[in-house]
Amino acid sequence: MVREKRAVMKTNAGSIVAGFFVVALMGLSGCGEPVDKAASADGSNVAVVADFQKQLRTQLIMAKTGDVIEIPKGRFEITRGLSLKVDGVTIRGAGMAESVLTFKQQTQGAEGLIVTADDIVLEGFAVEDTKGDAIKINECRNLVIREVRVEWTAGPDEANGAYGLYPVQCENVLIDGAVAIGASDAGIYVGQSRNVVVKNSRAAYNVAGIEIENTIDADVFDNVAENNTGGILVFNLPGLSQRGERTRVFRNRIVSNNTDNFAPEGSIVGGVPVGSGVLINANDHVHIFDNEFEHNDTANVIVSSYFSTADGAEIKNKTFDPYAEAIYIHDNSYVGGGESPDTLELKTLKLAMYGLDGRFPDVIWDGYINPAVADEGKLPATLAICLQDAQSKMLNVDAPNGYNNPNEDMANHRCELAPLKPVELPFG
Amino acid sequence: MRISPVTFGPRTCIRLCLALFVLAGLTACSDSGRDSASEPSSQLLSEPKPESADEFPVLLSDWGVLHVSKQELVPGSRSVAYDLNTPLFTDYAHKFRTLWVPKGKAATFDDEGMIQFPVGTIISKTFFYPREGEHLYFDRDETLDFGSKGLALDKVRLIETRLLVHRPDGWQGLPYVWNEQQTEANLEIAGSAFELALYAGTSANGGARPAEPVHQFTYAVPDFNQCQGCHIEDLSTEKVRPIGLKPRHINKAYAHMHEAENQLAHFVQNGLLAESSQFPLAALPRNAKMDSREVSLNERARSYLDINCGHCHNRAGAGDTSGLFLNIEETDQLRLGVCKPPIAAGQGTGGRFVSIQPGKPDQSILSYRMESLDLGAMMPELGRATAHREGVDLIKAWIEAMPGECNIEEVNLI
Repeated sequence: MVREKRAVMKTNAGSIVAGFFVVALMGLSGCGEPVDKAASADGSNVAVVADFQKQLRTQLIMAKTGDVIEIPKGRFEITRGLSLKVDGVTIRGAGMAESVLTFKQQTQGAEGLIVTADDIVLEGFAVEDTKGDAIKINECRNLVIREVRVEWTAGPDEANGAYGLYPVQCENVLIDGAVAIGASDAGIYVGQSRNVVVKNSRAAYNVAGIEIENTIDADVFDNVAENNTGGILVFNLPGLSQRGERTRVFRNRIVSNNTDNFAPEGSIVGGVPVGSGVLINANDHVHIFDNEFEHNDTANVIVSSYFSTADGAEIKNKTFDPYAEAIYIHDNSYVGGGESPDTLELKTLKLAMYGLDGRFPDVIWDGYINPAVADEGKLPATLAICLQDAQSKMLNVDAPNGYNNPNEDMANHRCELAPLKPVELPFG
Repeated sequence: MRISPVTFGPRTCIRLCLALFVLAGLTACSDSGRDSASEPSSQLLSEPKPESADEFPVLLSDWGVLHVSKQELVPGSRSVAYDLNTPLFTDYAHKFRTLWVPKGKAATFDDEGMIQFPVGTIISKTFFYPREGEHLYFDRDETLDFGSKGLALDKVRLIETRLLVHRPDGWQGLPYVWNEQQTEANLEIAGSAFELALYAGTSANGGARPAEPVHQFTYAVPDFNQCQGCHIEDLSTEKVRPIGLKPRHINKAYAHMHEAENQLAHFVQNGLLAESSQFPLAALPRNAKMDSREVSLNERARSYLDINCGHCHNRAGAGDTSGLFLNIEETDQLRLGVCKPPIAAGQGTGGRFVSIQPGKPDQSILSYRMESLDLGAMMPELGRATAHREGVDLIKAWIEAMPGECNIEEVNLI
């Protein structure tokens, strides 16, 4: 009846696990959850696994450290959120096109898969059409996500789940070769974490392609961010357990991130202008280099403070530093971009300064600087906003003064900052 | 096949239960029954032995904390029923809770005035709905659920019983689903889901049979992991703990089966709890009943948020990623959500800009997420498929009465 080889687990409750498997494999149906028909990627039937959902759920629950839980080839209907709470477990499929968990009929759970455990490897499978987040990992150490696809298959839609791959409060995170499509917030969203690498991945048709938020030490490289509302975001938000700093965004292709913003109003990324390549908000020590920017219609790079975000009880709270400082943009290539900015203010500004056919320069900045550290409007050298791409300019839109004196004065911005150290992970 | 429950102790359970489990092959279905269990036992079962973490009795009756006797579900030997000032809302289910502490041991107060239970403690919570014939009700007075010693089975439909068992290495949550005959509940490690329809009580309808259900939804029994998920109040320690058995929640009288005295005093009197000179019973905190007329709106709202949200939304819980803290101890207005923009609310914003817009519940994310039935937006994330009208009304009234205003009408990143 079942041809796929199942993971065999050694456990101190082994006989019980075996019992569950037997039950799971005996062919239970009519229990209010759909019976799944598994099919290979080429459409031929591989196996009919009765109640695969129950089997996988039981494997996740009964897992022991060192287990590899296999997801066979096929499409499997999952109706209730899955969770993994055991350290040192690998979930492995036969590939992101071959092993697919689809949540189209989901009736319970805010995620497709929620992981609260350390030393986890997720690889070679896909999670589709969850009602909320696709895969969330809350409080972890040593996480590897490799060749995993998360996707909302009907394309951009406000009703899509918020986050695709969502590690939060994690230390040592590697996301490698992942694909995230259609998230109504961020496709790949690393929040409140430390020591993070996101590479070789593709984020498309999300509101935010890749978002690094309140995270300390992140390297984002060799990715493609295309057709999102904003390609790659590096943010800090107030009121959280840590303030992020030190992110390197390099060797990425950041292309045509001009998809209409389909985030629900009120969410932070709801404020991402359509056509943002890289957007840095309230974060410090962010280096953007060796990237290829093409045709991001508002601007290829945007640097802004939290002042632009909201009037902000959080700012009045005074525990939050709203400024973006120590930003270093260099050695990027740019094709087009800035021709058709979002928001009335920016449209008006572009028209006034560059005319109907003109375009914003490659970098725009809201112009907020911290008066406590600035000297006559100039930040100290170590906290400067530096643009070394000689062919590019930065427009200071002068948001603090109601856009009254926008300018391309580069005097304080043709500068260099010491390079940041690469992120080193304790695993490959 | 008939197995005498009396000889069916936990020690022998693994082998035997497993055999049954596999043979029956039916335990995946919530409504499945087992013939061998259809004859209710009126005998007291041997006392539970929850010391070994490896044992997963597949039948609820194996634990001995509840049993079916003379058409009633009654607490087992030395199990004591209790309830909470304001309970967690779970789709209008009524709940029957029991506490069992191993003989010769007693729970104690720790330095923070919380109750620490000895290893071996078993807490049960049975979810059920009032019924008449086949109709289940969502709004019938719970005093009508009881017979002389326990739940009157001809007046209720038992759905599931969740156990929290204090193993030597920590608490463990186990979900059991009742069969249709209401004779036995089976362990469902993987949880379950089934359709339910709830009707309005007959009294509201002039005694006539209600025509249409008021609520129709997929009732979800949490799986083993989901049990732990809510009961881990500090995600950094990952320690599972009872949520309801805190002094502030149980500091009240229990109306149904034992004398209407204070439950904590009742625990002490029955040897389940040791008194503490540092925390005398009379001085223990007490959360408000959400529908009390004697306490302030603020106290009632905070009590509701405490039990419904605080187990995740506290400074160490799974919800700390949001920076929104709703446990009773929180005093910072911003962290309680006043004028607080969301962090990662996704669809949960409902187009609103702050958790609480004072005076304007319809512009507050908090009330939106309580009302929503969208899995990506609703709060709590688990445990409900319906909105709690009374809870939503309470929180809306609380927000309505708040002074002040926050001035956030749009989010712009430049």
